[in-house]
Amino acid sequence: MSIKQISVFVENRPGRLAEITGVLADNGIDIRALSVADTAEYGILRLIVDKPEKTLDIFKQSNITANVKDVLAAAVPDTPGSFAKAVRILTDSGISIEYAYAFITPKKDQAYVIFRVADNDKAGAVLSRAGFSLIEQDDIF
Amino acid sequence: MNYYNEHIETASADKMRALQSERLKTAVGRCYNNVPLYKKKLDEAGVKPADIKTIDDIIKLPFTTKQDLRDSYPFDMFAVPMGDIVRIHASSGTTGKQTVVGYTKNDIDVWSEGAARSLIAYGAAKTDVFHVSYGYGLFTGGLGLHYGSETIGAATVPVSAGNTERQVEIMRDFGSDVLCCTPSYAMFIGETLKKMNIDPKSLKLRIGIFGAEPWTENMRLEIEKALAIDAYDIYGLSEVAGPGVSFECKEKNGLHVNEDFFYPEIVDKDTLEPVPDGEYGELVFTCIGKEAMPLLRYRTRDVSALTREKCPCGRTLVKMLRPKGRTDDMLIIRGVNVFPSQIEHVILSFGMEPNYQIVVDRENNLDTMTVKIEMSEKFFSDEIKQLEAAQKKISEGLMSALSVSAKVRLVEPDSIPRSMGKAVRVVDSRRI
Repeated sequence: MSIKQISVFVENRPGRLAEITGVLADNGIDIRALSVADTAEYGILRLIVDKPEKTLDIFKQSNITANVKDVLAAAVPDTPGSFAKAVRILTDSGISIEYAYAFITPKKDQAYVIFRVADNDKAGAVLSRAGFSLIEQDDIF
Repeated sequence: MNYYNEHIETASADKMRALQSERLKTAVGRCYNNVPLYKKKLDEAGVKPADIKTIDDIIKLPFTTKQDLRDSYPFDMFAVPMGDIVRIHASSGTTGKQTVVGYTKNDIDVWSEGAARSLIAYGAAKTDVFHVSYGYGLFTGGLGLHYGSETIGAATVPVSAGNTERQVEIMRDFGSDVLCCTPSYAMFIGETLKKMNIDPKSLKLRIGIFGAEPWTENMRLEIEKALAIDAYDIYGLSEVAGPGVSFECKEKNGLHVNEDFFYPEIVDKDTLEPVPDGEYGELVFTCIGKEAMPLLRYRTRDVSALTREKCPCGRTLVKMLRPKGRTDDMLIIRGVNVFPSQIEHVILSFGMEPNYQIVVDRENNLDTMTVKIEMSEKFFSDEIKQLEAAQKKISEGLMSALSVSAKVRLVEPDSIPRSMGKAVRVVDSRRI
């Protein structure tokens, strides 16, 4: 009921993001979604990729700090107010969202949203009950 | 008044040597008979107190190091019973252990006179109001200048550090004539004056006494302009006494050493052999005027040179040139002694790898310290708030271990340059 997200520690210096994503390109890793969180000095690059375990190995070999986390992914209808509804439901259930990001899918009528929450099972159950379908690793590639 | 103690400060070389010889004999006897470490050191060197007849025999004596003081923590270096001790100071140690220094009543008088001679040399007088902004406490800066100022009979204001705007108000309202603090704090006061729209010439301030950290001739000129004063250097270290071991005169070109109390030598930092006057080497002091802790040939790790050229001020006291570095890895950050090993200790205590680099700089004339730490997988989180909380915790750990603030910066693995396989630990970008 969750998918694997790779997070990467990226220092803020020119060219660094290009180097890191270049490593993935060289190894034929397909990136489906990404988000970057940044501070003045460093950022965290979060990736949804087709081969999470291989990606982690590649980073390790390149001495790039990365880890893998299970995150919740839900399909949200591509209509005004749908995302707001999902967030409202989670909030009303006392679930706080550390961060979230969305990406468009080949299916035109819906977007996939990644939610980083403390308890994936609980949040997943809440969203399912409200009629949102949850996405598995296999659904996105 | 030109001198606090003319008789000593302008003594002939012969007279000074006779006094030093007499005092050295007393100090060596006191050490040998009361401090087991010194008995052991002298026995090992095959030297008996009776072998010390004149000050020239000092080169027969073994050296004392900061490690000796640490190993003697807290009171094993004291040569007198606790009943005779009236004051105890301490300075920062490398891994938590402090260096402890005891003073008898006479030692406090010696230290106070050393400071008093300095203040008179700068042109201060008993009619002056002294604003002492050095920290009071275990650090010797505050109380050292405080006692010196009281000894010359000046009105002493123990302001201590902090709240700069209030300090400026006190200085203005009390009509302070003399300011005592670190040179970097003096620069900061200068900026505060500007911010408060106060013309430095409107203050009574005339003299600044600055020490406890290295500073340059350029800084002197800037401070003199920013505060409309004459700025003078004062040197001291807690192991020997505190501020007042040596001092500048109006010539501002070298510090006269109170050599009747603190006998200076310069030795080659590798061979430990004495070097001729004028040559740079490691500064070594023997506390011939002290009772509680008459250290023999204490290695300060400061790099300086001695000069006995005639000084136009009339003092015959030997001059040491402004220290131009260290022979160990100690850093002085805003007047506080910091050893890289202390920082490593804190990093390890958080379960991080000791891959770090200390970057010291000076921004707006205040020292800044940034500790770069390489990120490790164990420490990494996908949440920024976790990383920021960790940074804050390490920063607080550094503050409590060092007593000086440090910014923590997380960097990528292997991003700190290695030299011969070892990370380059310290980058000091201050031009001092």
